[in-house]
Amino acid sequence: MTTTALELARLQFAFTVAFHIVFPALSIGLASYLAVLDGLWNLTKRTVYLDLFNYWKKIFAIGFGMGVVSGLVMSYQFGTNWSVFSDKTGPVLGPLMGYEVLTAFFLEAGFLGVMLFGEGRVSPKLRLFASCMVALGTAISAFWIVAVNSWMQTPQGHALNAAGQFVPQDWLKIVFTPSFPYRFVHMVLAAYLTTAFAVGGVAALHLLRGRATPQVKTMFSMALWMAALVAPVQILAGDMHGLNTLEHQPAKVAAMEGHFDSQDGAPLILFGWPDMAKEKVEYEIAIPHLGAVILTHSWNGRLRGLKEWPRDQWPPVPLPFLSFRIMVALGFAMAGFGLWSLVARWRGRLYDNRLLHRAALALGPSGFVAIVAGWTTTETGRQPYTVYGLLTTAQSASPVQASAVGASLIAFVLVYFALFGMGLYYMGKLMNRPPLPHEPSLPPAPAHATGLTPAAGLIVEGADREARP
Amino acid sequence: MSGVSGLTFDLPTIWAGLIAFAVLAYVVLDGFDLGLGVLFPFFKGKAERDEVMNSVAPVWDGNETWLVLGGGGLFAVFPLAYAIIMPALYPLVIGMLLALAFRGVAFEFRFRADRSAPLWDWAFWAGSTFAALCQGMMLGALVQGIKVSGRAYAGGPLDWLTPFSLLTGVALVLGYALLGACWLIYKTEHAVLRRAFRLARPLAPTVLLLIAAISLWTPFLHQDYWTLWFGWPRDLLFAPLPIACGALGLWLIKFLREEEREGAPFLLAMAIFILCYVGIGISFHPYIVPRAVTIHEAAAPESSLAFLLAGASVLIPVILIYTGYAYWVFRGKTNAAGGYH
Repeated sequence: MTTTALELARLQFAFTVAFHIVFPALSIGLASYLAVLDGLWNLTKRTVYLDLFNYWKKIFAIGFGMGVVSGLVMSYQFGTNWSVFSDKTGPVLGPLMGYEVLTAFFLEAGFLGVMLFGEGRVSPKLRLFASCMVALGTAISAFWIVAVNSWMQTPQGHALNAAGQFVPQDWLKIVFTPSFPYRFVHMVLAAYLTTAFAVGGVAALHLLRGRATPQVKTMFSMALWMAALVAPVQILAGDMHGLNTLEHQPAKVAAMEGHFDSQDGAPLILFGWPDMAKEKVEYEIAIPHLGAVILTHSWNGRLRGLKEWPRDQWPPVPLPFLSFRIMVALGFAMAGFGLWSLVARWRGRLYDNRLLHRAALALGPSGFVAIVAGWTTTETGRQPYTVYGLLTTAQSASPVQASAVGASLIAFVLVYFALFGMGLYYMGKLMNRPPLPHEPSLPPAPAHATGLTPAAGLIVEGADREARP
Repeated sequence: MSGVSGLTFDLPTIWAGLIAFAVLAYVVLDGFDLGLGVLFPFFKGKAERDEVMNSVAPVWDGNETWLVLGGGGLFAVFPLAYAIIMPALYPLVIGMLLALAFRGVAFEFRFRADRSAPLWDWAFWAGSTFAALCQGMMLGALVQGIKVSGRAYAGGPLDWLTPFSLLTGVALVLGYALLGACWLIYKTEHAVLRRAFRLARPLAPTVLLLIAAISLWTPFLHQDYWTLWFGWPRDLLFAPLPIACGALGLWLIKFLREEEREGAPFLLAMAIFILCYVGIGISFHPYIVPRAVTIHEAAAPESSLAFLLAGASVLIPVILIYTGYAYWVFRGKTNAAGGYH
């Protein structure tokens, strides 16, 4: 593959995965939120929870569908653009992805129909069970996909065969690599935070429009509890993940921090522009010693700079450097907002502090941005490798021509913007109107759900029986 | 270990069978609902089109599950084959995926849209037809052979584009259309039913002629196919296959003319598809990338195959059971007002 084709293939992967990751992140968070709402409805029988459940499940259904469609593309893209990677890592990563497909389809698709169409057709307890299984299914999906990514970042448990393939030696080690627990916790918390801020943003929109109904107030309050509790935990989890990265991928941390030279008591660079040619950060604003304190927990701790590695093993420094700052800044904004909401709540001003509502609205999409930024940090930071230290990105690519990759990239961009643009438009339309008292279950549409739905069958049979005299 | 007659039931063979089954399940199940898309412009007015959509609404996306299992399975257990086939068929794979995304989303949005409904109708037709065309051309490109050097595809970017692959592409579009028409004969009533009969009658003989043309062309593509199908005494063993296919075809044409049996045409059309698939399977064996890489050469190590088989042997039967259950529950005719909903 030529350099151009390689760059185009990377761009295509970045584009499709950045589009894709947003939907599963929302699905993971919303599935749990829906399970909680359904649980509260079963427990308290307060209709406000049922109204919210019916409101958010419609948005969930669209997002889930778009996640499935964009995910299907991902599962074939490994072969089209990264065939050498597929050949070499298939024996190790293929079964993990296979399990993702099998368990996800089994749990999500099997129970999604009951969750979406079950109202009035199955018992509330059975529907709650289905809601919990959908939430569990999304989490298990995340488990396998993060296991795949973590193995690529910190590979272990494999051997190399004569054909140059990575072959499994110890499946437990392959699934539970050193970075896996940190990455998994960080990702799931990110999905929860993203959802909390999305829900909070929608609630704030309706509060600002003067529609402080019990439904809107309840979802605003729930979202802000979630934000206030999870954001600080996420900062802690992120810090631990960072320390783990320092241990296993120190060059990535050096790029994230903008440290070109090794130094004792390194500063924390707040802003600046890392210039790879000059091998220094321009226009930097830094706090002395703080970098060392955070990463080594000592005032004069030593941090290795990028110059300790050969130039061809450097990641593209500005990308992880900038995206890391975007993610961290948003993380602290979220935590700060959470704290502010606690104060407002304590003062009893949660529903009439317009400034708080405006901030919640502004932070509504912040989770999505933070996730894409965080993903950019970790994926560009491990360059030039796909399997860290063992297989370079350039060695992973398919023997296809730049024209083919370029043409398909254009096709992806056009189709994705058209299709997912429409999807987002319909989601926006749903969010733009407030949840109603006696929110209807689902609009008239075919009795099916995204994924395989035996449940739809179960439901119709029940409905038939009811209809008969 | 390999060889046409000596079937060995080791892990790679079991997996080849599972993936072949997943692809077959995909072809016959998604085949008819892609076929509905191909025929969509022939149905006029919202009522007729809604009825067509409703006949497949509860099951269409489940049908596509098999495509994910087929593709994902190939990556997991035959990574070498996956790594050779995907770059070789690059534009067809991408084209198919985008077309499937298009029609899947059209399916969802059509019911939510008001003014833009005609746009989604068009997207449903275009996406279905293009996906079917790509799949048919992929089949043709595989059968005619893929150039491999070492562990990689070694051909040019347009090797897949030949008169043969164009023929298989058109044949699959029309074959799916036939399956779709027969599905509608089974599932619908009144105006849509009559129209489905009118569509199926010319489609059946056309598809049979195309199958015959492809079957006669294939042995000329490669010496192996020639000896396989025309070598004595092996042709005695395989002769029943084309004969059965022809007989079922004539039977199908008869039923379509008489318009008496409404379930039989769909079953016959499915049976013809399955026979063709078996024929292609015979031509492929023992290769997974025809004439280049065998099933055993492409297989991942035993440990990978066994690890995934543990899960697959539990989950695939479960998926089969609930797929069967969904079809059972939605058996019978769709009614014009939206049927099951």
